Amino acid sequence: MRYGKYRFIAGFLAIPLLLYVVFVVSPYLQAIYISLTDWRGFSQNRNFVGLANYVDLLGDTRFWRAMWHNLLLLIVVPVVTLAIALFLATMTTLAGRGGALGRGGVRGSRFYQIVFVFPYIVPLVIAGLLFAFFYNPEAGLLNGLLRLVGFDWLARPWLGDTTFALPAVMAVLIWAFVGFYFVVLSAAMKALPIDVFEAAVLDGAGQVRTFMSITLPLLTDSLKASYIYLGIMMLDGFTLLQVMLPDGGPDGSTEVVAQYLYRAAFTDGRFGYASAMGVALCLVTLVLAIVILRAGRRDRVEF
Amino acid sequence: MNRPRPGLDRRQFLQRLAAAGLLTVPGAGVLSACATGGGGPATAAQGDVSAQNPLGVAADAGLDVVIFKGGYGDEYALFHEELYKKAYPQAQVEHTATTQIAQELQPRFVAGNPPDVLDNSGAQKIDYATLAAEGQCADLAPLLDAPTVDDPNVKIRDILLPGVLEQGTYGGKFVMLNYVYAAFPMWYSKPLFEKNGWQPPTTLDEMLALCEQIKATGISPWAYGGTNAADYVLDLSLGMSVKQGGPDVAKKIDNLEPAAWQQDVVVAGVQAIEEMVRKGYFMPGSEALKHTEAQTSWVQGKAAFYVSGSWLENEMKGIAPPDFTMTAAPVPVLDSGSALPVTALRTQPTEAFIVPARAKNVNGGLEYLRLMMSKEGASKFAELTASVPSVKGADAGAAATPALQSVTAALDAAGSDVFSWQVNTWYVNFYKSVLQQQLGNLLAGRIDANTFISTVQSEADKLAADQNVPKFQR
Repeated sequence: MRYGKYRFIAGFLAIPLLLYVVFVVSPYLQAIYISLTDWRGFSQNRNFVGLANYVDLLGDTRFWRAMWHNLLLLIVVPVVTLAIALFLATMTTLAGRGGALGRGGVRGSRFYQIVFVFPYIVPLVIAGLLFAFFYNPEAGLLNGLLRLVGFDWLARPWLGDTTFALPAVMAVLIWAFVGFYFVVLSAAMKALPIDVFEAAVLDGAGQVRTFMSITLPLLTDSLKASYIYLGIMMLDGFTLLQVMLPDGGPDGSTEVVAQYLYRAAFTDGRFGYASAMGVALCLVTLVLAIVILRAGRRDRVEF
Repeated sequence: MNRPRPGLDRRQFLQRLAAAGLLTVPGAGVLSACATGGGGPATAAQGDVSAQNPLGVAADAGLDVVIFKGGYGDEYALFHEELYKKAYPQAQVEHTATTQIAQELQPRFVAGNPPDVLDNSGAQKIDYATLAAEGQCADLAPLLDAPTVDDPNVKIRDILLPGVLEQGTYGGKFVMLNYVYAAFPMWYSKPLFEKNGWQPPTTLDEMLALCEQIKATGISPWAYGGTNAADYVLDLSLGMSVKQGGPDVAKKIDNLEPAAWQQDVVVAGVQAIEEMVRKGYFMPGSEALKHTEAQTSWVQGKAAFYVSGSWLENEMKGIAPPDFTMTAAPVPVLDSGSALPVTALRTQPTEAFIVPARAKNVNGGLEYLRLMMSKEGASKFAELTASVPSVKGADAGAAATPALQSVTAALDAAGSDVFSWQVNTWYVNFYKSVLQQQLGNLLAGRIDANTFISTVQSEADKLAADQNVPKFQR
């Protein structure tokens, strides 16, 4: 196996590597190059302008506001989604009659496990349309329910309200993603070693204590990976917002970077500037991934 | 015996893989599938000019037509292509219909192989100002001076409806033929108004009085779609202003003149909207509705008035009840001393057809547009789409719908008193991110008229000073 080993490995890797270079590396490099030009996207005219686009970006309040909206999504949606998913997963895999050792969760867990995944199966575009109806100020289910129970003062034009439009969209995102992360965390919990739990019970730990001291630390890796996936999605957020609030929401209160980028490119004809935004977004995404991966590094528990 | 050396460990392997990846990166520049690739100059096909063939079409050159398949469909284009094939039997005509104009056509423009005719319309259209500024549109001047298909003694420029020339002129060159003549009146349901004895108002005072009456019956006087179409209300506000002060009011705004938004009539128009908001004349919750939702509420009778372009009836086909009888009325004037009569109407030719400058068959493209403007071509369009084409002499063979009838009547009543503004086509970003957004704020009661005026004015001044945006003048 020694002879021709490198050629053997290279032979196997050549095609995937070539595909990767053509479809991933090269567009990135082109985007970086375009971001240094004043290209308007519909001709060969392109002048090199150095970092001018990036300088403009630094002073563009609209860009920073959009970035702030992304950061809000990034902080709120994953935390709430994972908290709910963790709670539901615990309830259906670890909790219930068997105490700390009871695998199988509360009564009817099987049923819940199927039902909780449903929202995730609904494509985000459809979810956006459904929730637009749900939030409709006059005919919508939400205001209808509020009025039914006498909370008229709470009913409002959700998607037309500068304070509530973004939280309303966040709620849809949370609703859409809880199911998937519920599955991920359930699977992770089922794989935890039972003897650690047995030891904890022998030491007299209750259910809450077991969860805080055993379950949660053992799930750190899964939670981190989930946070990164969700975080990357929140740095995008284009699909749902474009369906629900295509023009950036009331007073621009829900516009995210991807929407601004898309508009700068396709309605404004500023592809150079839009590429600069794309590169900035890419950097932020990388920083996010690095920060989360390095956060709370500890010795891994092998089991 | 020597022990065999251990193989690559994982770390070494990864390091070498990364090195290999980096080594291949400089080679990425030679890839031909680049967004930044090149394209050669095109030479267009030429034929002999004659009385039959005033534009010098090469009879055997192919014609590549790309149509925006939106509210008007693409059936009319298939008919126009048949006309072309009849005239040039040897020509291969290629027909593409899409809604993703910018996304699908961008690579073709960049690579220098655009189609011969492009209907650049819809939400995904290529920004007009960008296309014009990049020199991608052929000058349509030869077409304007060409004789019409139906009468060799009449030139094409003489059969265009008012505003078509101006709408398609960028930097002094006529480069876009806007084929559909859209009007922007207020709309109401005739039976509803007759039942209540309401008359469409002609002045702002009448409008406010009528709104009060309408509100008393439990119907909202006005609806609008706040999440994406607050700008429709500009037709009411700025429409009243332009009627009051004359077409120059809009010209100053389009030319980004200092203090253009601070003209008295413009301020008065915005204050009128503020007053209507304060008095609750807009349907509650409108700020959270899309235009489609707002229009649906309106045809369901929850609101009395709606302002929009004349595509409205087509858009609400199947949603509006059969007896709705959608009817147009011009927006009111501010008061009786107006520069333009009450019948004046904002019209804007839409559905921009261009012949790309680097098309392989520019002359064929021009000829295709000439055929579109023939009596036969224009009448067929009117019949298939229940819309008014922007050339004289088209008779709609179709049974005229209530909206089309009332728009036609309104256009006849307006005669030459039509006006428009270009800020929405020249400066799309300013229009959407400033005007539309601030109008949304005004309509939702988040800001007052003064704040609206000062914000829009300062943003317009910023735009005037922005070197990155190509400017136009009227």
